[in-house]
Amino acid sequence: MDSAQAELRRFVIDNFLYGRDGRFRDDDSFLDMGIIDSTGLLELVNFLEKHYGISVEEADLIPENLDSIVQLAGFLQRKLDQRRAGSVPAAGTANCLVAGSEL
Amino acid sequence: MCAIAGICNSKKFTVDTQVLERMIGMVRHRGPDEWGLHADRGVGLASARLSIIDLSGGHQPIHNEDRSIWITFNGEIFNYLELREELLSRGHIFATHSDTEVIVHLYEEKGTECVRELNGQWAFAIWDGRQRRLFLSRDRLGVRPLFYTRAGGSLIFASEIKSIFAHPEVRRELDLAALEQIFTFWFTLPPHTIFKDICELPPGHSLTFKDGETNIRPYWHLDFTGSSERILSENEYIEQLGHLLIDATHIRLRSDVPVGAYLSGGLDSAIVTALINKFSGARLRTFSVAFTPRELDESPYQQEAVHFLNTAHEQIRCGYEDVAAVFPDVIWHTEKPIVRAAPAPLYMLSKLVREGGYKVVLTGEGADEIFGGYDIYKEAKIRRFCAAQPESKQRARLLRRLYPYQTNLQKQPDCYLQRFFRARPEDISNPFFSHLPRWELTAQVKSFFSDEVKASLAGYDPLSELVAQLPVDYFGWHSFCQAQYLETMFLLPGYILSSQGDRVALAHSVEARHPFLDYRLVEFAAKMPPNLKMKVLNEKYILKRTFGPLLPASIVNRPKQPYRAPDGRSFFSGGGVDYAEGLLAPSQIKADGIFDPSAVAKLVEKFRAGRAIGVKDDMALVGILSTQLVIDQFISTFQQGGSLWTALRQNCAVS
Repeated sequence: MDSAQAELRRFVIDNFLYGRDGRFRDDDSFLDMGIIDSTGLLELVNFLEKHYGISVEEADLIPENLDSIVQLAGFLQRKLDQRRAGSVPAAGTANCLVAGSEL
Repeated sequence: MCAIAGICNSKKFTVDTQVLERMIGMVRHRGPDEWGLHADRGVGLASARLSIIDLSGGHQPIHNEDRSIWITFNGEIFNYLELREELLSRGHIFATHSDTEVIVHLYEEKGTECVRELNGQWAFAIWDGRQRRLFLSRDRLGVRPLFYTRAGGSLIFASEIKSIFAHPEVRRELDLAALEQIFTFWFTLPPHTIFKDICELPPGHSLTFKDGETNIRPYWHLDFTGSSERILSENEYIEQLGHLLIDATHIRLRSDVPVGAYLSGGLDSAIVTALINKFSGARLRTFSVAFTPRELDESPYQQEAVHFLNTAHEQIRCGYEDVAAVFPDVIWHTEKPIVRAAPAPLYMLSKLVREGGYKVVLTGEGADEIFGGYDIYKEAKIRRFCAAQPESKQRARLLRRLYPYQTNLQKQPDCYLQRFFRARPEDISNPFFSHLPRWELTAQVKSFFSDEVKASLAGYDPLSELVAQLPVDYFGWHSFCQAQYLETMFLLPGYILSSQGDRVALAHSVEARHPFLDYRLVEFAAKMPPNLKMKVLNEKYILKRTFGPLLPASIVNRPKQPYRAPDGRSFFSGGGVDYAEGLLAPSQIKADGIFDPSAVAKLVEKFRAGRAIGVKDDMALVGILSTQLVIDQFISTFQQGGSLWTALRQNCAVS
């Protein structure tokens, strides 16, 4: 989990802060810090799906899941656990958010 | 249309005419038909002319009867026939039939106050030999450019900065505060330009230079005071608006060469085209850009307008690679960094016009500013409405009405939309309420500044500099009018009419005329109640009601789509673009010192991987690349094409 959290932090720093380490903490809100704009959410979801093979559903798209490194890591863990339990298909099935985007 | 340049010495009596020739040579794209110089004791005026009125007689510079007053003039005075009649009746003797000469005689009558009687778009310099005074003036809304600097006791001025740089005593250096302004507002705040010590004469201002002293004064103000009161009935507003725009269009058809029009597929240019048809017997030639990326393309609407208005239409198609191909030339003409690549297609369009044998076009520019057409007005209205009841889901649903053409935005869940458009409690009373989201988004580009640049800008606040330029009355105006003021007095001259207007049109010797920017119409619209401009959420309501009957319903009722062009992705299509790779390479970024090399490398990497899909990344890439192009073409070297792109070096005059 720690390594996933570090990986997520690396992605956020590289992708949204262009490598500048940012003084934000792992529990700081992306929205409050202005780190994520309207397309930033799509970039984040795309990364989760491609990199971890999870599927992010429309109902998942709430700040409680996606608005800080800690929340992201927790969300990712729950998704991976669900997949291991066999209850959720892997990414690649239809996803209403990403299917029509330019990603 | 033309270009002007000049030197006025306070100490020396001689003017180096070779320097003056070099200066005017830099801007011959603006006036390729002929050029002229006038040198007198201590002063030199130069002109490069695009002949439009009095083709054979209007050679410049032009003088008065006793040759004591000389003018070099860029622009058009649309009410020159009426002014000429009046001046003739007062006994003035005209040597030409040009609008230029009208200014000379009017100046003899009224002195520097003459500008109040002009209806047009201009930048001119008058040398008054009797008073030994130079008088510079720029039109009310900043359609035509005018820059100046002081060097060695001289005032040096020109239509474009590259002419001023052709003077050997002028230094070329970037103004970091101005760069911060562009990376906040999209424009520089006059008198700032992106170059240190090079000043822009603000729109609606005049400058006098006498005995080494410079004096700058406004002669016009845009005033929204009283607009909250409806003093006429809706039908009376409609009637007056109709008369004003018809006359504004009519006098903008005054020309001794044929006049065409831009037809974008939107409401404003369709109205102008329909009005031209009222006056012109011949079939009107119209021109437009079509975009290869479908989400940007307005061709179907253009075709509907063309069919309905029966014009002879020509279209140029623009894709990502086209933007990349012309971009360095575009920056040579904008002479400043830009955060959107939108001037590039308009640069291509003016080439099409010129190759089609035309040098004058009418456009619909200005309507969105003065009649409240832009999304930013609607966004501010909805944000304010939602902020009054932040928990209301019903109000939040209105956010879906914003930016329907931005597919990525529309895919956001409601809770995120609410967060993006949320107004902070402290913002509600902010005089920049409407513009804070745009400026905050743009300001993220500043995170790419190098540590050195950040340190040197520490403590600088462009917003307080803007506040200092606002009229006192601004703070009492309706919020809708405040937003209009910011758009009309700053973004319009600082970006729309310059980088996206004059500079890219004149790059190919094409003069654009804008009926909606007739000052009588602008003043009339400023006094109109805001709810006639945007009725609930129906933008440009009064325009639609007034001119709707002249247009197809599909154009009147279509959702507003702003002009947008291919952006950052252009520079990475087809495996990359040579000059962009060179200018964005970490070694070059480090050498130029403005941006952080590793941050830029991450951004470039994101584009290369196809992961950059947001406006923020687009603005950063275009802003950084255009800054690098400004440095390359104006600071490190001084030539079109710069040092890294010599293959496209062509033109002008540094010889």
